[in-house]
Amino acid sequence: MRRLIALLMFLVAPAAPAAAQEEIVLGLSQDRVRITTNFDGSDLLIFGAVKRESPITDTPLDVIVTVAGPATPVMIHHKARRLGIWVNAETVRLPEAPSFYAVASTGALHEILRQTADLRHSITVPRAIRRVGAASMTDHPQDYIDALIRIRSARGHYQNLERTVQLDQQTLFRTRITLPSDLTEGSYDARVFLLREGRVVSRFDTALDVRKVGLERWLYTLAHQQPLLYGFLALAIAIAAGWLASAAFRVIRSG
Amino acid sequence: MQLYLPIAEVSVNIFLLFGIGGIVGILSGMFGVGGGFLITPLLFFVGIPPAVAVATSANQIVASSISAVLAHLRRKTVDLRMGSVLLTGGLIGSAVGVVIFNYLRSLGQVDLLVNLCYVVFLGTVGGLMLVESLRALRRARTAGPAAPRKPRGQRGWIYILPFKVRFRTSGLYISVIPPILVGMFVGILSAIMGVGGGFIMVPAMIYLLHMPTKVVIGTSLFQIIFVTGFTTLAHAVTNQTVDLPLAVVLLLGGVIGAQFGTSIGARMRAEQLRILLALLVLAVCGKLALDLLLPPAELYEIGPAV
Repeated sequence: MRRLIALLMFLVAPAAPAAAQEEIVLGLSQDRVRITTNFDGSDLLIFGAVKRESPITDTPLDVIVTVAGPATPVMIHHKARRLGIWVNAETVRLPEAPSFYAVASTGALHEILRQTADLRHSITVPRAIRRVGAASMTDHPQDYIDALIRIRSARGHYQNLERTVQLDQQTLFRTRITLPSDLTEGSYDARVFLLREGRVVSRFDTALDVRKVGLERWLYTLAHQQPLLYGFLALAIAIAAGWLASAAFRVIRSG
Repeated sequence: MQLYLPIAEVSVNIFLLFGIGGIVGILSGMFGVGGGFLITPLLFFVGIPPAVAVATSANQIVASSISAVLAHLRRKTVDLRMGSVLLTGGLIGSAVGVVIFNYLRSLGQVDLLVNLCYVVFLGTVGGLMLVESLRALRRARTAGPAAPRKPRGQRGWIYILPFKVRFRTSGLYISVIPPILVGMFVGILSAIMGVGGGFIMVPAMIYLLHMPTKVVIGTSLFQIIFVTGFTTLAHAVTNQTVDLPLAVVLLLGGVIGAQFGTSIGARMRAEQLRILLALLVLAVCGKLALDLLLPPAELYEIGPAV
Protein backbone atom coordinates (compact mmCIF):
# COMPACT_ATOMS: atom_id res chain seq x y z
CA MET A 1 0.00 0.00 0.00
CA ARG A 2 2.79 2.40 0.98
CA ARG A 3 4.62 1.58 -2.23
CA LEU A 4 1.56 2.40 -4.24
CA ILE A 5 1.14 5.77 -2.58
CA ALA A 6 4.83 6.47 -3.15
CA LEU A 7 4.47 5.60 -6.79
CA LEU A 8 1.53 7.95 -7.15
CA MET A 9 3.55 10.72 -5.53
CA PHE A 10 6.38 10.22 -8.00
CA LEU A 11 3.99 10.49 -10.91
CA VAL A 12 2.75 13.80 -9.62
CA ALA A 13 6.07 15.14 -8.35
CA PRO A 14 8.25 15.75 -11.45
CA ALA A 15 6.23 18.74 -12.60
CA ALA A 16 7.49 21.01 -9.81
CA PRO A 17 11.28 20.45 -9.78
CA ALA A 18 11.64 20.39 -13.54
CA ALA A 19 11.05 24.10 -13.61
CA ALA A 20 14.10 24.89 -11.48
CA GLN A 21 16.69 23.45 -13.92
CA GLU A 22 19.51 23.23 -11.45
CA GLU A 23 22.52 21.10 -12.21
CA ILE A 24 25.32 19.87 -9.95
CA VAL A 25 28.97 20.36 -10.78
CA LEU A 26 30.97 18.12 -8.48
CA GLY A 27 34.55 17.77 -7.34
CA LEU A 28 36.17 15.09 -5.20
CA SER A 29 39.48 15.54 -3.43
CA GLN A 30 40.43 12.12 -4.80
CA ASP A 31 38.71 9.80 -7.23
CA ARG A 32 40.53 6.78 -5.92
CA VAL A 33 41.58 5.66 -2.46
CA ARG A 34 44.77 3.63 -2.42
CA ILE A 35 45.17 1.20 0.43
CA THR A 36 48.90 1.03 1.00
CA THR A 37 50.99 -0.59 3.71
CA ASN A 38 50.64 2.42 6.02
CA PHE A 39 46.99 3.15 5.17
CA ASP A 40 45.15 4.47 8.21
CA GLY A 41 41.86 5.76 6.89
CA SER A 42 41.37 8.70 4.60
CA ASP A 43 39.55 12.02 4.48
CA LEU A 44 37.37 12.55 1.46
CA LEU A 45 36.56 16.14 0.55
CA ILE A 46 33.45 16.50 -1.57
CA PHE A 47 32.68 19.92 -3.01
CA GLY A 48 30.76 21.40 -5.85
CA ALA A 49 28.49 24.09 -7.16
CA VAL A 50 24.95 24.40 -8.38
CA LYS A 51 24.78 25.53 -11.99
CA ARG A 52 21.52 27.25 -12.93
CA GLU A 53 20.19 29.21 -15.85
CA SER A 54 17.34 30.90 -14.00
CA PRO A 55 17.62 33.17 -10.94
CA ILE A 56 17.61 31.59 -7.46
CA THR A 57 14.10 30.87 -6.19
CA ASP A 58 12.93 31.84 -2.73
CA THR A 59 12.47 28.33 -1.35
CA PRO A 60 15.70 27.40 0.42
CA LEU A 61 17.97 24.79 -1.12
CA ASP A 62 19.25 21.77 0.80
CA VAL A 63 22.07 19.42 -0.13
CA ILE A 64 22.58 15.77 0.83
CA VAL A 65 25.78 13.90 0.04
CA THR A 66 26.00 10.12 0.40
CA VAL A 67 28.94 7.78 -0.02
CA ALA A 68 28.22 4.06 -0.15
CA GLY A 69 30.71 1.20 -0.16
CA PRO A 70 30.13 -2.08 -1.98
CA ALA A 71 27.08 -3.94 -0.69
CA THR A 72 27.79 -7.35 0.76
CA PRO A 73 25.68 -9.99 2.48
CA VAL A 74 25.85 -9.77 6.27
CA MET A 75 25.31 -12.31 9.03
CA ILE A 76 23.98 -10.89 12.28
CA HIS A 77 24.10 -13.15 15.30
CA HIS A 78 21.99 -12.64 18.38
CA LYS A 79 23.54 -13.84 21.60
CA ALA A 80 21.55 -15.58 24.28
CA ARG A 81 22.39 -17.48 27.42
CA ARG A 82 22.41 -21.25 26.92
CA LEU A 83 23.53 -23.55 29.76
CA GLY A 84 25.07 -20.57 31.54
CA ILE A 85 27.25 -19.31 28.69
CA TRP A 86 26.56 -16.72 26.05
CA VAL A 87 26.30 -18.18 22.57
CA ASN A 88 25.09 -17.04 19.15
CA ALA A 89 21.53 -18.29 19.41
CA GLU A 90 19.85 -16.83 16.33
CA THR A 91 21.30 -15.71 13.03
CA VAL A 92 19.83 -13.48 10.37
CA ARG A 93 21.36 -13.08 6.94
CA LEU A 94 20.78 -9.83 5.14
CA PRO A 95 21.29 -10.15 1.39
CA GLU A 96 22.76 -6.69 0.86
CA ALA A 97 24.05 -4.10 3.25
CA PRO A 98 26.59 -1.44 2.31
CA SER A 99 29.98 -2.12 3.89
CA PHE A 100 30.31 1.65 4.34
CA TYR A 101 27.65 4.33 4.25
CA ALA A 102 27.88 7.99 5.09
CA VAL A 103 25.13 10.54 4.64
CA ALA A 104 25.98 14.21 5.09
CA SER A 105 23.39 16.98 4.83
CA THR A 106 22.82 20.67 5.32
CA GLY A 107 20.06 20.12 7.89
CA ALA A 108 18.36 17.44 9.98
CA LEU A 109 17.33 14.71 7.57
CA HIS A 110 13.78 14.38 8.88
CA GLU A 111 13.26 18.08 8.20
CA ILE A 112 14.77 18.41 4.75
CA LEU A 113 13.88 15.02 3.28
CA ARG A 114 10.43 13.60 2.70
CA GLN A 115 9.70 9.93 3.30
CA THR A 116 8.77 9.44 -0.33
CA ALA A 117 12.03 10.87 -1.63
CA ASP A 118 13.95 8.74 0.87
CA LEU A 119 12.04 5.68 -0.27
CA ARG A 120 12.82 6.36 -3.89
CA HIS A 121 16.51 7.24 -3.58
CA SER A 122 17.36 5.17 -0.47
CA ILE A 123 19.12 8.06 1.24
CA THR A 124 19.03 7.48 5.00
CA VAL A 125 21.07 4.69 6.59
CA PRO A 126 18.13 2.34 7.36
CA ARG A 127 16.86 2.74 3.78
CA ALA A 128 20.26 1.83 2.32
CA ILE A 129 20.07 -1.67 3.83
CA ARG A 130 18.19 -4.31 1.87
CA ARG A 131 16.14 -6.35 4.28
CA VAL A 132 14.64 -8.87 1.90
CA GLY A 133 14.24 -12.27 3.51
CA ALA A 134 15.16 -11.16 7.04
CA ALA A 135 11.57 -11.55 8.17
CA SER A 136 11.56 -15.25 7.31
CA MET A 137 14.46 -15.93 9.70
CA THR A 138 13.30 -14.13 12.82
CA ASP A 139 10.26 -12.62 14.47
CA HIS A 140 12.07 -9.35 15.09
CA PRO A 141 13.88 -8.33 11.89
CA GLN A 142 13.95 -4.67 12.97
CA ASP A 143 16.06 -5.52 16.05
CA TYR A 144 18.72 -6.98 13.78
CA ILE A 145 18.71 -4.00 11.43
CA ASP A 146 18.99 -1.65 14.43
CA ALA A 147 21.87 -3.71 15.81
CA LEU A 148 23.66 -3.65 12.45
CA ILE A 149 23.36 0.14 12.27
CA ARG A 150 24.40 0.53 15.92
CA ILE A 151 27.50 -1.67 15.59
CA ARG A 152 28.63 -0.29 12.25
CA SER A 153 28.00 3.30 13.42
CA ALA A 154 30.19 2.68 16.46
CA ARG A 155 33.02 1.56 14.18
CA GLY A 156 32.57 4.52 11.84
CA HIS A 157 31.28 2.37 9.02
CA TYR A 158 27.88 4.04 9.04
CA GLN A 159 27.89 7.78 9.55
CA ASN A 160 24.95 10.08 9.93
CA LEU A 161 26.50 13.52 9.44
CA GLU A 162 23.61 15.95 9.72
CA ARG A 163 24.41 19.66 9.29
CA THR A 164 27.94 18.99 8.06
CA VAL A 165 27.42 20.14 4.48
CA GLN A 166 28.24 23.81 4.19
CA LEU A 167 26.21 25.68 1.60
CA ASP A 168 27.19 29.21 0.56
CA GLN A 169 24.80 31.53 -1.24
CA GLN A 170 22.62 28.62 -2.34
CA THR A 171 25.36 27.69 -4.79
CA LEU A 172 28.63 26.41 -3.36
CA PHE A 173 28.66 23.35 -1.12
CA ARG A 174 31.36 21.28 0.50
CA THR A 175 31.68 18.50 3.08
CA ARG A 176 34.29 16.16 4.47
CA ILE A 177 33.75 12.43 5.02
CA THR A 178 36.23 10.34 6.99
CA LEU A 179 36.82 6.86 5.64
CA PRO A 180 37.94 4.34 8.30
CA SER A 181 41.00 2.14 7.78
CA ASP A 182 39.17 -1.18 7.48
CA LEU A 183 37.46 -0.48 4.16
CA THR A 184 36.04 -3.10 1.86
CA GLU A 185 37.61 -2.87 -1.57
CA GLY A 186 35.54 -1.91 -4.55
CA SER A 187 33.66 0.90 -6.20
CA TYR A 188 32.21 3.51 -3.82
CA ASP A 189 29.19 5.42 -5.05
CA ALA A 190 29.03 9.08 -4.20
CA ARG A 191 25.67 10.79 -4.71
CA VAL A 192 24.70 14.41 -4.33
CA PHE A 193 21.06 15.45 -4.03
CA LEU A 194 19.63 18.95 -4.25
CA LEU A 195 16.37 19.31 -2.38
CA ARG A 196 13.65 21.87 -2.13
CA GLU A 197 10.78 21.39 0.29
CA GLY A 198 11.84 17.81 0.88
CA ARG A 199 11.80 16.84 -2.76
CA VAL A 200 14.82 15.90 -4.80
CA VAL A 201 15.20 18.46 -7.60
CA SER A 202 18.54 17.30 -8.93
CA ARG A 203 20.88 14.39 -8.44
CA PHE A 204 24.46 13.69 -9.42
CA ASP A 205 26.19 10.29 -9.20
CA THR A 206 29.86 9.48 -9.40
CA ALA A 207 32.11 6.68 -8.21
CA LEU A 208 35.44 6.43 -6.53
CA ASP A 209 37.64 3.40 -6.52
CA VAL A 210 38.99 1.94 -3.27
CA ARG A 211 41.81 -0.50 -3.96
CA LYS A 212 44.74 -2.10 -2.28
CA VAL A 213 47.89 -1.22 -4.19
CA GLY A 214 51.49 -2.39 -4.28
CA LEU A 215 52.50 -5.09 -1.83
CA GLU A 216 49.04 -5.22 -0.25
CA ARG A 217 47.43 -5.82 -3.64
CA TRP A 218 50.02 -8.45 -4.56
CA LEU A 219 49.64 -10.41 -1.33
CA TYR A 220 45.87 -10.28 -1.38
CA THR A 221 45.69 -11.46 -5.00
CA LEU A 222 48.21 -14.21 -4.38
CA ALA A 223 46.36 -15.40 -1.28
CA HIS A 224 43.10 -15.68 -3.18
CA GLN A 225 44.22 -16.80 -6.62
CA GLN A 226 47.19 -19.03 -5.75
CA PRO A 227 46.35 -20.09 -2.19
CA LEU A 228 48.67 -23.12 -2.26
CA LEU A 229 51.62 -21.04 -3.49
CA TYR A 230 50.81 -18.39 -0.86
CA GLY A 231 50.68 -21.06 1.84
CA PHE A 232 54.10 -22.39 0.79
CA LEU A 233 55.46 -18.85 0.70
CA ALA A 234 54.21 -18.33 4.28
CA LEU A 235 55.89 -21.59 5.32
CA ALA A 236 59.11 -20.71 3.51
CA ILE A 237 59.30 -17.39 5.34
CA ALA A 238 58.61 -19.12 8.66
CA ILE A 239 61.27 -21.79 8.01
CA ALA A 240 63.83 -19.23 6.93
CA ALA A 241 63.08 -17.03 9.94
CA GLY A 242 63.29 -19.98 12.32
CA TRP A 243 66.59 -21.15 10.86
CA LEU A 244 68.06 -17.64 10.84
CA ALA A 245 67.01 -17.10 14.44
CA SER A 246 68.66 -20.35 15.47
CA ALA A 247 71.85 -19.48 13.60
CA ALA A 248 71.89 -15.99 15.10
CA PHE A 249 71.41 -17.37 18.62
CA ARG A 250 74.35 -19.68 18.10
CA VAL A 251 76.60 -16.85 16.96
CA ILE A 252 75.52 -14.62 19.86
CA ARG A 253 75.94 -17.37 22.47
CA SER A 254 79.32 -18.53 21.21
CA GLY A 255 80.62 -15.02 20.55
CA MET B 1 52.93 3.88 12.95
CA GLN B 2 50.05 1.95 11.47
CA LEU B 3 50.45 -1.19 9.40
CA TYR B 4 47.63 -2.20 7.08
CA LEU B 5 47.20 -5.97 7.06
CA PRO B 6 45.98 -7.06 3.61
CA ILE B 7 44.26 -10.28 4.68
CA ALA B 8 42.87 -9.21 8.04
CA GLU B 9 41.84 -5.93 6.30
CA VAL B 10 42.47 -3.86 9.39
CA SER B 11 45.08 -1.30 10.25
CA VAL B 12 46.95 -2.00 13.49
CA ASN B 13 49.80 -0.21 15.24
CA ILE B 14 53.00 -1.96 14.17
CA PHE B 15 54.67 -1.49 17.57
CA LEU B 16 51.70 -3.09 19.31
CA LEU B 17 52.06 -6.19 17.12
CA PHE B 18 55.81 -6.15 17.58
CA GLY B 19 55.24 -5.93 21.35
CA ILE B 20 52.85 -8.89 21.33
CA GLY B 21 55.42 -10.90 19.39
CA GLY B 22 58.09 -9.76 21.84
CA ILE B 23 56.12 -10.64 24.99
CA VAL B 24 55.26 -14.05 23.62
CA GLY B 25 58.90 -14.48 22.60
CA ILE B 26 60.06 -13.65 26.14
CA LEU B 27 57.64 -16.20 27.54
CA SER B 28 58.60 -18.91 25.07
CA GLY B 29 62.25 -18.25 25.91
CA MET B 30 61.51 -18.40 29.66
CA PHE B 31 59.20 -21.40 29.72
CA GLY B 32 59.95 -23.29 26.53
CA VAL B 33 56.39 -23.07 25.23
CA GLY B 34 55.39 -22.10 21.70
CA GLY B 35 53.18 -19.31 23.02
CA GLY B 36 50.33 -19.98 20.62
CA PHE B 37 47.85 -20.14 23.50
CA LEU B 38 48.76 -16.55 24.32
CA ILE B 39 49.27 -15.00 20.91
CA THR B 40 45.88 -15.97 19.48
CA PRO B 41 43.79 -14.39 22.29
CA LEU B 42 46.06 -11.31 22.27
CA LEU B 43 45.42 -10.91 18.54
CA PHE B 44 41.66 -11.16 19.23
CA PHE B 45 42.02 -8.34 21.75
CA VAL B 46 43.68 -5.97 19.26
CA GLY B 47 40.93 -6.52 16.72
CA ILE B 48 42.32 -9.12 14.33
CA PRO B 49 39.42 -11.30 13.09
CA PRO B 50 39.53 -14.70 14.88
CA ALA B 51 39.91 -16.73 11.68
CA VAL B 52 42.98 -14.69 10.65
CA ALA B 53 44.43 -14.79 14.18
CA VAL B 54 44.18 -18.59 14.35
CA ALA B 55 45.72 -19.22 10.90
CA THR B 56 48.50 -16.66 11.29
CA SER B 57 49.47 -17.88 14.78
CA ALA B 58 49.96 -21.35 13.33
CA ASN B 59 52.37 -19.88 10.79
CA GLN B 60 54.25 -17.99 13.48
CA ILE B 61 54.62 -21.14 15.61
CA VAL B 62 56.26 -22.95 12.65
CA ALA B 63 59.10 -20.46 12.80
CA SER B 64 59.60 -20.48 16.57
CA SER B 65 59.46 -24.30 16.72
CA ILE B 66 62.02 -24.71 13.93
CA SER B 67 64.42 -22.43 15.70
CA ALA B 68 64.01 -24.42 18.93
CA VAL B 69 64.14 -27.88 17.29
CA LEU B 70 67.45 -27.08 15.61
CA ALA B 71 68.91 -26.51 19.09
CA HIS B 72 67.42 -29.80 20.35
CA LEU B 73 68.70 -31.72 17.31
CA ARG B 74 72.23 -30.61 18.12
CA ARG B 75 71.75 -31.98 21.64
CA LYS B 76 70.24 -35.20 20.21
CA THR B 77 67.08 -34.85 22.32
CA VAL B 78 64.59 -35.52 19.52
CA ASP B 79 63.03 -38.97 19.09
CA LEU B 80 62.51 -38.83 15.34
CA ARG B 81 60.65 -42.13 15.16
CA MET B 82 58.20 -41.19 17.93
CA GLY B 83 57.91 -37.75 16.32
CA SER B 84 56.95 -39.31 12.98
CA VAL B 85 54.28 -41.51 14.60
CA LEU B 86 52.83 -38.53 16.50
CA LEU B 87 52.99 -36.59 13.26
CA THR B 88 50.95 -39.16 11.34
CA GLY B 89 48.19 -38.73 13.89
CA GLY B 90 48.76 -34.98 13.96
CA LEU B 91 48.24 -34.51 10.24
CA ILE B 92 45.00 -36.53 10.27
CA GLY B 93 43.82 -34.53 13.28
CA SER B 94 44.76 -31.23 11.68
CA ALA B 95 42.75 -32.03 8.54
CA VAL B 96 39.76 -33.03 10.69
CA GLY B 97 40.20 -29.83 12.73
CA VAL B 98 40.10 -27.57 9.67
CA VAL B 99 36.90 -29.28 8.50
CA ILE B 100 35.30 -28.77 11.94
CA PHE B 101 36.54 -25.17 11.99
CA ASN B 102 34.99 -24.40 8.60
CA TYR B 103 31.74 -26.13 9.46
CA LEU B 104 31.34 -24.12 12.66
CA ARG B 105 32.35 -20.97 10.84
CA SER B 106 29.42 -21.54 8.49
CA LEU B 107 27.16 -21.88 11.54
CA GLY B 108 28.56 -18.71 13.11
CA GLN B 109 29.73 -20.64 16.17
CA VAL B 110 33.47 -20.67 15.61
CA ASP B 111 34.23 -18.00 18.24
CA LEU B 112 32.35 -19.99 20.82
CA LEU B 113 34.20 -23.20 19.96
CA VAL B 114 37.62 -21.51 20.03
CA ASN B 115 36.85 -19.77 23.32
CA LEU B 116 35.45 -22.93 24.92
CA CYS B 117 38.53 -24.91 23.87
CA TYR B 118 40.75 -22.24 25.38
CA VAL B 119 38.85 -22.08 28.65
CA VAL B 120 38.72 -25.85 29.11
CA PHE B 121 42.32 -26.65 28.15
CA LEU B 122 44.01 -23.61 29.63
CA GLY B 123 42.00 -24.03 32.84
CA THR B 124 42.90 -27.70 33.17
CA VAL B 125 46.57 -27.38 32.29
CA GLY B 126 47.08 -24.16 34.27
CA GLY B 127 45.33 -25.56 37.33
CA LEU B 128 47.28 -28.84 37.30
CA MET B 129 50.56 -27.05 36.77
CA LEU B 130 49.89 -24.59 39.62
CA VAL B 131 48.97 -27.34 42.08
CA GLU B 132 51.94 -29.45 41.07
CA SER B 133 54.52 -26.68 41.28
CA LEU B 134 53.14 -25.29 44.57
CA ARG B 135 53.48 -28.78 45.99
CA ALA B 136 57.04 -29.01 44.69
CA LEU B 137 57.88 -25.61 46.20
CA ARG B 138 56.47 -26.61 49.61
CA ARG B 139 58.43 -29.84 49.48
CA ALA B 140 61.62 -27.94 48.74
CA ARG B 141 60.90 -25.49 51.60
CA THR B 142 60.34 -28.19 54.23
CA ALA B 143 63.67 -29.54 52.99
CA GLY B 144 62.45 -33.09 53.29
CA PRO B 145 63.63 -35.73 50.91
CA ALA B 146 61.90 -35.72 47.54
CA ALA B 147 58.97 -38.11 47.41
CA PRO B 148 59.98 -41.40 45.88
CA ARG B 149 59.13 -41.52 42.18
CA LYS B 150 56.50 -43.95 41.19
CA PRO B 151 58.05 -47.01 39.60
CA ARG B 152 57.83 -47.18 35.85
CA GLY B 153 56.30 -50.63 36.32
CA GLN B 154 52.78 -49.21 36.57
CA ARG B 155 52.15 -50.15 33.01
CA GLY B 156 48.50 -50.02 32.14
CA TRP B 157 46.33 -50.64 29.13
CA ILE B 158 48.82 -48.95 26.80
CA TYR B 159 51.07 -52.01 26.87
CA ILE B 160 48.35 -54.48 25.88
CA LEU B 161 47.62 -52.86 22.50
CA PRO B 162 48.96 -54.38 19.25
CA PHE B 163 51.33 -52.86 16.61
CA LYS B 164 54.24 -52.49 19.00
CA VAL B 165 57.25 -50.52 17.82
CA ARG B 166 60.64 -49.95 19.45
CA PHE B 167 61.42 -46.26 20.05
CA ARG B 168 65.15 -46.34 20.72
CA THR B 169 65.77 -42.70 21.70
CA SER B 170 62.92 -42.82 24.21
CA GLY B 171 63.81 -46.33 25.34
CA LEU B 172 60.22 -47.52 24.84
CA TYR B 173 58.62 -50.56 23.27
CA ILE B 174 54.93 -49.69 22.92
CA SER B 175 52.01 -49.83 20.50
CA VAL B 176 51.76 -47.01 17.94
CA ILE B 177 48.04 -46.54 18.68
CA PRO B 178 48.32 -44.25 21.73
CA PRO B 179 50.89 -41.89 20.13
CA ILE B 180 48.74 -41.67 17.00
CA LEU B 181 45.65 -40.83 19.08
CA VAL B 182 47.58 -38.22 21.09
CA GLY B 183 48.88 -36.78 17.82
CA MET B 184 45.40 -36.63 16.29
CA PHE B 185 43.96 -34.91 19.33
CA VAL B 186 46.69 -32.26 19.30
CA GLY B 187 46.27 -31.86 15.53
CA ILE B 188 42.56 -31.07 15.94
CA LEU B 189 43.34 -28.53 18.67
CA SER B 190 46.06 -26.97 16.54
CA ALA B 191 43.67 -26.33 13.68
CA ILE B 192 40.87 -25.01 15.89
CA MET B 193 42.86 -22.97 18.40
CA GLY B 194 45.86 -21.90 16.31
CA VAL B 195 48.24 -23.40 18.85
CA GLY B 196 51.07 -25.89 18.50
CA GLY B 197 49.56 -27.94 21.30
CA GLY B 198 52.79 -28.32 23.25
CA PHE B 199 50.96 -27.63 26.51
CA ILE B 200 48.79 -30.72 25.87
CA MET B 201 51.41 -32.80 24.08
CA VAL B 202 54.13 -32.52 26.74
CA PRO B 203 52.02 -33.79 29.68
CA ALA B 204 50.52 -36.50 27.43
CA MET B 205 53.97 -37.75 26.46
CA ILE B 206 55.21 -37.80 30.04
CA TYR B 207 52.16 -39.22 31.79
CA LEU B 208 50.46 -41.30 29.07
CA LEU B 209 53.38 -42.54 26.96
CA HIS B 210 55.96 -42.51 29.82
CA MET B 211 58.62 -40.93 27.65
CA PRO B 212 61.80 -39.66 29.37
CA THR B 213 61.49 -35.94 30.09
CA LYS B 214 64.69 -34.97 28.28
CA VAL B 215 63.39 -36.02 24.85
CA VAL B 216 59.83 -34.81 25.38
CA ILE B 217 60.22 -31.13 24.50
CA GLY B 218 62.36 -31.67 21.41
CA THR B 219 60.08 -34.39 20.08
CA SER B 220 56.95 -32.37 20.78
CA LEU B 221 58.43 -29.35 18.98
CA PHE B 222 59.52 -31.55 16.06
CA GLN B 223 56.01 -32.75 15.36
CA ILE B 224 54.51 -29.31 16.10
CA ILE B 225 56.50 -27.88 13.15
CA PHE B 226 54.77 -30.21 10.74
CA VAL B 227 51.31 -30.03 12.27
CA THR B 228 51.28 -26.22 12.40
CA GLY B 229 52.87 -26.13 8.94
CA PHE B 230 50.08 -28.32 7.61
CA THR B 231 47.50 -26.23 9.49
CA THR B 232 48.91 -23.07 7.92
CA LEU B 233 48.63 -24.57 4.44
CA ALA B 234 45.13 -25.90 5.08
CA HIS B 235 43.90 -22.51 6.34
CA ALA B 236 45.67 -20.71 3.47
CA VAL B 237 44.03 -22.95 0.88
CA THR B 238 40.52 -23.28 2.30
CA ASN B 239 39.99 -19.92 4.04
CA GLN B 240 42.69 -17.57 2.71
CA THR B 241 43.21 -16.34 6.25
CA VAL B 242 47.00 -16.38 6.69
CA ASP B 243 48.24 -12.80 6.92
CA LEU B 244 51.91 -12.65 5.90
CA PRO B 245 52.79 -9.12 7.08
CA LEU B 246 51.18 -9.92 10.45
CA ALA B 247 53.18 -13.15 10.72
CA VAL B 248 56.45 -11.39 9.83
CA VAL B 249 56.01 -8.64 12.45
CA LEU B 250 55.09 -11.18 15.14
CA LEU B 251 58.10 -13.29 14.15
CA LEU B 252 60.56 -10.44 14.44
CA GLY B 253 59.21 -9.50 17.87
CA GLY B 254 59.24 -13.14 18.91
CA VAL B 255 62.84 -13.79 17.90
CA ILE B 256 64.13 -10.77 19.82
CA GLY B 257 61.90 -11.47 22.82
CA ALA B 258 63.11 -15.07 23.03
CA GLN B 259 66.67 -13.80 23.56
CA PHE B 260 65.67 -11.84 26.66
CA GLY B 261 63.37 -14.62 27.82
CA THR B 262 66.12 -17.20 27.80
CA SER B 263 68.40 -15.12 30.00
CA ILE B 264 65.56 -14.23 32.42
CA GLY B 265 64.59 -17.90 32.60
CA ALA B 266 68.16 -18.96 33.36
CA ARG B 267 68.18 -16.77 36.50
CA MET B 268 64.95 -18.17 38.00
CA ARG B 269 64.15 -21.42 39.74
CA ALA B 270 62.19 -24.06 37.88
CA GLU B 271 59.29 -24.11 40.41
CA GLN B 272 58.96 -20.32 40.35
CA LEU B 273 58.95 -20.37 36.57
CA ARG B 274 56.23 -22.98 36.47
CA ILE B 275 54.08 -21.11 39.01
CA LEU B 276 54.40 -17.95 36.92
CA LEU B 277 53.49 -19.81 33.75
CA ALA B 278 50.53 -21.45 35.50
CA LEU B 279 49.27 -18.07 36.75
CA LEU B 280 49.62 -16.62 33.26
CA VAL B 281 47.73 -19.52 31.69
CA LEU B 282 44.98 -19.17 34.32
CA ALA B 283 44.77 -15.41 33.76
CA VAL B 284 44.17 -15.86 30.02
CA CYS B 285 41.67 -18.62 30.81
CA GLY B 286 39.87 -16.39 33.35
CA LYS B 287 39.54 -13.50 30.92
CA LEU B 288 38.07 -15.76 28.25
CA ALA B 289 35.76 -17.45 30.75
CA LEU B 290 34.41 -14.09 31.91
CA ASP B 291 33.62 -13.21 28.29
CA LEU B 292 31.53 -16.36 28.05
CA LEU B 293 29.81 -16.02 31.43
CA LEU B 294 29.12 -12.30 31.79
CA PRO B 295 26.27 -10.74 29.84
CA PRO B 296 27.86 -8.98 26.83
CA ALA B 297 27.43 -5.22 26.40
CA GLU B 298 26.23 -5.76 22.84
CA LEU B 299 23.84 -8.67 22.35
CA TYR B 300 24.28 -8.69 18.60
CA GLU B 301 27.35 -9.51 16.59
CA ILE B 302 28.18 -9.13 12.92
CA GLY B 303 29.86 -12.17 11.46
CA PRO B 304 31.52 -12.83 8.13
CA ALA B 305 28.99 -13.73 5.48
CA VAL B 306 29.17 -17.21 4.06
